[in-house]
Amino acid sequence: MERRLGRTMKVLKIATAGSVDDGKSTLIGRILYDTKSLSSDKLDAIKKTSQQRGYDYLDFSLATDGLVAEREQGITIDVAHIYFSTPTKSYIIADTPGHVEYTRNMVTGASTSQAAIILIDARKGVIEQTNRHFFINNLLRIKEVIVAINKMDLVDFSEAVYNKIKADFEALTKKRDYKEQHITFIPVSALKGDNVVHASENMPWYKGQTLLEHFEVLDTEDVYNAGTPRFPVQYVVRPKTEEFHDFRGYAGKVYGGDLSVGDDIVVLPSQTKSKIKEIFVYDESYQTASRRSSVTITLEDDINVSRGDMLVKADNLPTVDKQFTATISWMDSQSLVAGNKYVLQHGVNKVLAKVEIIHHKIHPDYSGIEKNIQALGMNDIASVSFKLNKPIFFDPFKSHRTNGSFILIDSQSNNTVGAGFIQ
Amino acid sequence: MNIEIMKKDTSKINPLENEAIYIIREVAAQFEKPVLLFSGGKDSITLVRLAQKAFYPAKIPFPLMHIDTGHNFPETIAFRDKLVKELGLELIVRNVQDSINAGKVKEESGKYASRNSLQTTTLLDAIEEFKFDACIGGARRDEEKARAKERVFSVRDDFGQWDEKNQRPELFDMLNGQIHLGQNVRVFPISNWTELDVWSYIERENIEIPSIYFAHTRATFLRDGLIWSSDDDVVYRDKDEVVEERVVRFRTVGDMSCTAAVLSEAADIASVVQEIRNSTISERGARIDDKRSEAAMEKRKQQGYF
Ligand SMILES: Nc1nc2c(ncn2[C@@H]2O[C@H](COP(=O)(O)OP(=O)(O)O)[C@@H](O)[C@H]2O)c(=O)[nH]1
Repeated sequence: MERRLGRTMKVLKIATAGSVDDGKSTLIGRILYDTKSLSSDKLDAIKKTSQQRGYDYLDFSLATDGLVAEREQGITIDVAHIYFSTPTKSYIIADTPGHVEYTRNMVTGASTSQAAIILIDARKGVIEQTNRHFFINNLLRIKEVIVAINKMDLVDFSEAVYNKIKADFEALTKKRDYKEQHITFIPVSALKGDNVVHASENMPWYKGQTLLEHFEVLDTEDVYNAGTPRFPVQYVVRPKTEEFHDFRGYAGKVYGGDLSVGDDIVVLPSQTKSKIKEIFVYDESYQTASRRSSVTITLEDDINVSRGDMLVKADNLPTVDKQFTATISWMDSQSLVAGNKYVLQHGVNKVLAKVEIIHHKIHPDYSGIEKNIQALGMNDIASVSFKLNKPIFFDPFKSHRTNGSFILIDSQSNNTVGAGFIQ
Repeated sequence: MNIEIMKKDTSKINPLENEAIYIIREVAAQFEKPVLLFSGGKDSITLVRLAQKAFYPAKIPFPLMHIDTGHNFPETIAFRDKLVKELGLELIVRNVQDSINAGKVKEESGKYASRNSLQTTTLLDAIEEFKFDACIGGARRDEEKARAKERVFSVRDDFGQWDEKNQRPELFDMLNGQIHLGQNVRVFPISNWTELDVWSYIERENIEIPSIYFAHTRATFLRDGLIWSSDDDVVYRDKDEVVEERVVRFRTVGDMSCTAAVLSEAADIASVVQEIRNSTISERGARIDDKRSEAAMEKRKQQGYF
C-alpha cells in the first residue's frame, strides 16, 4: 500500500488556569487571532457582538465562551477545548475555570496536558488562587508551566511589578513536590497582544520568548514524563479467517517507554514469560513500538492473555498489590466515607475497591493538611488507603503518570466520582 | 533484514491516530452493541479507516448505520455502497422518510426547510430498535462552540438527551463506559481533530472520498451570499434566483437542502488540503441551519441530535 511520508505531526496539549477576570478567555482569543486561527465568520461574529455591547476593542473572550448556560451566568463552567495550529505544531488548549469550587475541572484538564499556563493579573499579583493553580499543576506533574503575568498595560509595563510577582511565585515553588517541573515567566498583555504571539515593544527590558515562541520550541516527545514501558492489553484481536487462522494479537497503547521485537516480557497477573514476536500498526510491521502509540503485539508463545492484563519487560516489573495509599481528588457531590466501595478503573482494568482509611485532607493552597477527616466532599484532595478485591499492577504516580493513576466509579450512578494518584 | 527495517519504530505515527484507535478499541471492549454512524462524509470515512486499523487483521467488529435523510447527494450513496462492499461490512440504513410517513416527524416547509433536525427521531428510533449501547460518530470539537465541551464518551439518556452540566470528567486516557439500561453513549474518536487534520490524514493515507468534495462544474444559484446546487428538486429555489454554472466543490456532504458549495478549483486532494490551509471560512459557515442561530447546535444537541 502506497503511503505518503508526511512530516511528523506534533501535538501539544496545554491546560490553562486563572481566576475569573484574570483574562484567560482574552488570552486564548488573542492567541487564535494572532495565529490567524479565527475564521472570517467567527471574527465577524466577535466584531458584531463587541459592537453591540458598545466596546471600543474586540472582545476576544467571545471566541471561547461557549454554552448558552454559561453565557447566561457569564462564566466558564467546564473544560472547553480549543484548537489551533502553526506550521510546526497542532495545539489543543484545555480551558479550565479557576474558581475554588472547580478543582475537579482543573484536575481533569491538567490530566491530559503536558504544559500549562497559569495566569496572574499584574495588578493583583500572587493570590490564594494562584497557589491552588500551581498546586494542582504540580500534583498532576505537568512538566512545562508558563506563568503569564497579564494586564501589564495596566501597570505601565513595569519591570519592577513583574519582578516582584516573579519573586513571590518563586517563593511558592519552594514548597512544591515535583521539583523537576520547568517554570517560565512571561509578562503579557492579552488585550493588547504584548508577548503573546508577537514580541512586545512596550517591554524592552524583557529579553525572553513570547508565549507562543516558547511552545513552538518545546519538544513534544520530551514533555511526556518517561518511565518504564507498560502495555495494558485493551483488546484481543482474533480474526478467525482462513488467512489469519491462528492469529492472536494483543491490541493496546504503550506507555512510559518503548517495546521491541525480541524483548523478554512477563504477562501480569499470570506471571507467564514470553518474547515479543511481532509489532503491527494496521498492516505494517515495526521493530519498535514507541511510547504512546497504539499497536498490536503478538507473542512467541501461545498463552492466554485477556483484556486488563499487562505486558511488561521481564527486567522491570511494576508493583503487584491489593492495597495502596493514593492522593485522591474527589469529584462528586456524594461524599467519600471510609468503608465505601467503588469500581476502581486503572487504565483499562477494573477492580472493586474499598476505602480503608482517610488519612488526611490536603489543602491545595500549600496551607497544610487536616487530620481526623470523616468524609470527603466535592473538590477535596486527600490521602486515602484502599483495599482491592484483586491485585493491580501499578507504579507510583511519581515515576509513571499513566500507570500510577486511576479513576473511581460509583457503581450506583455509574459516574466517575474521583481520580487517584498512587503514592 | 536491512538496517532501515531494524530501526523502524512507531514514533512518527500521528498522535491523533493513536488516540482515535485507542478510543475505538475501548468501544469494542466496553460495549455489547456498538455501531458506527456513517454519513458518507469525510469524517465518517476517516472513522472507518481508523476502525479498520484498530482491529486489523480482524474485520471491524460492529456494523455501520446510515440515517438517510433522502436528500443525499447521489455520489455519496454510491460511494457508501461501494465502500461497504469492498470492506465486507454490515450496513444498516434507516430513512427519515419512513419517520415522516409514520407521522412521527413533520417535514419543514419554506425557503430554509431541511431534514437535518428530523434525523434525530429516526436515529433515536433506530438505537432503540437495535438496542445499540454505543454510537461512534465523527463529530469534532473544533466544529462548533457547543461541541468544544463534549466528552469523548458522552452519555445520553433514554431520550437521547445531553446534559452539558452533568458530564463525566475524563482523566488521562481512562474512559468510563458504564451505563444504565436504556442509556447509550455517543463516542467521538476524532474529537481532537481539526478539519485540516482530517484532510491531511485523508491525503497521507490515500483514503478515497466522494467526488463532490473535489472541484466540478455544477448548476447553482446564489442566496444569502452562499452557493446552492440547483440540480435537485429538494433544494428550494425562488423563481427570481438565477441558475448559473459554476466550478464548485462541497466541504461537507450533509443534507443537500442545507449544504452550500464553495467556489473552488481544487480538483485533487493535495489542492484541497492547500485550500483548507489558506481558507478563513469555517466548515459550518457553509451549513445554513447553524447560521440561523448561534445557539442552534446546542439546542439540537439537548434534543438528541448527533
Ligand atoms: N487592560 C487589559 N485588560 C485585560 C487584559 N486581559 C483581559 N483583560 C480584560 O479583563 C476582563 C476579563 O477578561 P476575561 O478574558 O473575560 O477573563 P477570564 O474570566 O479569565 O476569562 C475583560 O474585561 C478583559 O477585556 C489585558 O491584558 N489588559
